[in-house]
Amino acid sequence: MADMEKFRSETRAWLAANCPPEMRKPVANENDVFWGGRNTTFASEPQRLWFERMRDKGWTVPEWPKEYGGGGLDAEETKILRQEMAAISARLPLSSFGIWMLGPALLKYGTEAQKREHLPKIAAGLIRWCQGYSEPNAGSDLASLQTRADIDGDDYIINGQKIWTSMANFADWIFCLVRTDFSAKKHDGISFILFDMASKGVSTKPILLISGKSPFCETFFDNVRVPRSHVVGTVNRGWDVAKYLLQHERSMISGLGDRSGSRPLGQVAANSVGVDEHGQLDDPMLRGQIATFDVDEAAMACASERAVDLAKAGQGHPAYSSALKYYGTELNKRRHELLMSAGGVDALEWESERSREGLAARSWLRTKANSIEGGTSEVMLGIVAKRILDLPGA
Amino acid sequence: MALVLNEEQSMLRDSARGLISDKAPVAHLRKLRDTNDTNGFSRDLWKTFAEMGFAGLLVPEDFGGSGLGAVEAGVVMEEIGRTLMPSPFLSTGVVAATALTRGGNAAQKSEYLTRLAKGDLIASLAVDEGAKHRPLKTAMQAVRAGNGFKLKGAKAFVVDGHAADLLIVAARTAGQPRERDGLTLFLVDPKAKGIEIERTAMVDAHNAARIAFNDVDVTADGVLGEVDQGAVLLEGILNVGRAAVASEMVGVSEESFTRTVTYLKERKQFGKLIGEFQALQHRAAHLYTEIEITKAAVMKALQALDSDFDKAGAAVAVAKAKAGSTATLAVQEAVQMHGGVGMTDAFDIGFFMKRARVCQELFGDAAYHAEQLARLKGY
Ligand SMILES: Cc1cc2nc3c(=O)[nH]c(=O)nc-3n(C[C@H](O)[C@H](O)[C@H](O)COP(=O)(O)OP(=O)(O)OC[C@H]3O[C@@H](n4cnc5c(N)ncnc54)[C@H](O)[C@@H]3O)c2cc1C
Repeated sequence: MADMEKFRSETRAWLAANCPPEMRKPVANENDVFWGGRNTTFASEPQRLWFERMRDKGWTVPEWPKEYGGGGLDAEETKILRQEMAAISARLPLSSFGIWMLGPALLKYGTEAQKREHLPKIAAGLIRWCQGYSEPNAGSDLASLQTRADIDGDDYIINGQKIWTSMANFADWIFCLVRTDFSAKKHDGISFILFDMASKGVSTKPILLISGKSPFCETFFDNVRVPRSHVVGTVNRGWDVAKYLLQHERSMISGLGDRSGSRPLGQVAANSVGVDEHGQLDDPMLRGQIATFDVDEAAMACASERAVDLAKAGQGHPAYSSALKYYGTELNKRRHELLMSAGGVDALEWESERSREGLAARSWLRTKANSIEGGTSEVMLGIVAKRILDLPGA
Repeated sequence: MALVLNEEQSMLRDSARGLISDKAPVAHLRKLRDTNDTNGFSRDLWKTFAEMGFAGLLVPEDFGGSGLGAVEAGVVMEEIGRTLMPSPFLSTGVVAATALTRGGNAAQKSEYLTRLAKGDLIASLAVDEGAKHRPLKTAMQAVRAGNGFKLKGAKAFVVDGHAADLLIVAARTAGQPRERDGLTLFLVDPKAKGIEIERTAMVDAHNAARIAFNDVDVTADGVLGEVDQGAVLLEGILNVGRAAVASEMVGVSEESFTRTVTYLKERKQFGKLIGEFQALQHRAAHLYTEIEITKAAVMKALQALDSDFDKAGAAVAVAKAKAGSTATLAVQEAVQMHGGVGMTDAFDIGFFMKRARVCQELFGDAAYHAEQLARLKGY
């Protein structure tokens, strides 16, 4: 316990000395998020400094082992680091599907060679990854995917189409689900494979979203040649890896509701709507809705914290992340509905400097995907019903 | 601190659960109700509870208690919620024990705490006056008379007030309703002249009392804490009570949910188990999620009380608000998914609905606590 207090005070001091003031403000636009990658540039000097200092301590991935570029912290230390970062509203130094999704799957299922090849590059933000799961006819029913990988000597030849591949047009590598056995039952013929997006035969086409942005793509594979050694886990058992990765994806998405770094909703509303003579938000109904939301959000933050503690205590359930993914994403949508209410007419502006190019409206529209991406709310509820509550039926 | 029970706390839970489910299943409450029991709870059981160390859980060891904290009190309250056992544990073991431990002077502690821990003293807090919990709106007067005070006014919803050996009463020695300053807490003998106690059997077959104070004399020795400065002490005591009731609501929610899920796996309609219908599966999964989130919030509040009693307010507001809305949902879904049988008195599930309603109101409902949170956050 004393050790933990020491770790906390050292961490606090280090963050105070090393996190630039500019990196302690809420994210204002896309440039504020640093994703890394081969062709990456920094939006600002403070962003570069903050990233490099954190990377040098292994704190882009604090809980990964040191030999793979991580910080080697245990669960308790990681929790403390995150709490101390939240306390000063420090931004994430690096955002990455490699960190949130692929890394944990490689740590569990990868060969030693795969770990040494890929993990340090993820930690150092050198390679940006994308996720090739969904297909036009395999969304919620992911296991019906049809992209095929046929053996040719030491390689696979991959053909097919993916869709909704987030930021595929900026990605360096893809972690991809392919069918390696067409005769097996649908879950039993899938493999999990990694390859370079610069390989011959890979092409992407952006899709425009309701938010006016195009963060994702249709992705096409035309005779893409990939060494067989790039399969993670056992051939045809890729579904295990895929599911494990999804648990991490869901935990990550559920954490979107954790807004410790952004401005409190009540304050945003007070600035826009005004306050009455008692200093209370001058719209009692909105105030009540925000208060109820704040209760739920605070409770959700406790639940995210507890999920980690439960896992550490060996009391976790593998499907628990589905429950929190469901709740966290519905909550985040509610938050943005309230932000739109609070902003009123001002929040409706789409293209103006005043509105920072419609930041509020675009963010609001983006959150509508939270309950779709990574598995829809309906699918999450189905998983909880069957796997945790053990309710009957297919 | 991890948001899971440690080994000692899990052992405490197991022993509380063993005792309560054995001696006080829902049938126990039903019997007390049907026989119009004068206390509304079993004094024998309270004695057993005390012998096992539960009555004195929060009483310091110097006075014969175990000197444990809010987390442990919450553990026991949750078990009470599972079987709806009526017991003075909340009024006496949690609220009064906190009041005396935190606010009592040496004489008051030695006079009351040892008896309390032994199960020989039942004590209740009298705060509410109107239909809703609004402690700062306390209007009851405590007028100075000689070197003491005269209490004038009335209290409602005094849990276990009809059975109490000691009342802890909030009254105004100064100021107006809504003001923070001017509140004082008093220790009052319920047999004192001028006190009228009306037992109010409630919807949930638990008990509370309405109490009228007609110029009741209290000496200066009866002041708990400081004159005019009682608001802070009262708020702290209430916060422990709120977190405890939130724990009870977790128990109520979980138990009614477990019973419902079991029913979904047994009951057949249209040639299927009703648990196969996705409409019901999704509602059950939603409810599961709400309950899990509530548990985390309640545990956070209990730990906050143990680590920084005076700063736990926001965490307690979140816990009581969240537990209130979750329990309401849990019991409504329970009755609905049981269909007609859920509406019958012969079936137990309705008892949970009634208790949840009372727990909602006790020490402030979900709206009250959401409002508190908004204030604390400054909007
Ligand atoms: C912003 C965003 C980013 C994404 N990023 C990626 C990515 O990087 N890589 C990737 O591979 N994929 C990505 N996806 C795809 C995402 O995983 C799928 O959109 C999602 O799994 C849903 O599949 P679908 O769109 O085909 O909808 P469908 O599966 O067709 O669902 C349509 C509706 O039917 C409901 N439904 C379906 N099955 C059931 C059922 N069994 N019970 C009840 N209701 C059901 C759904 O809940 C939904 O409401 C992304 C999606 C979005 C929106």
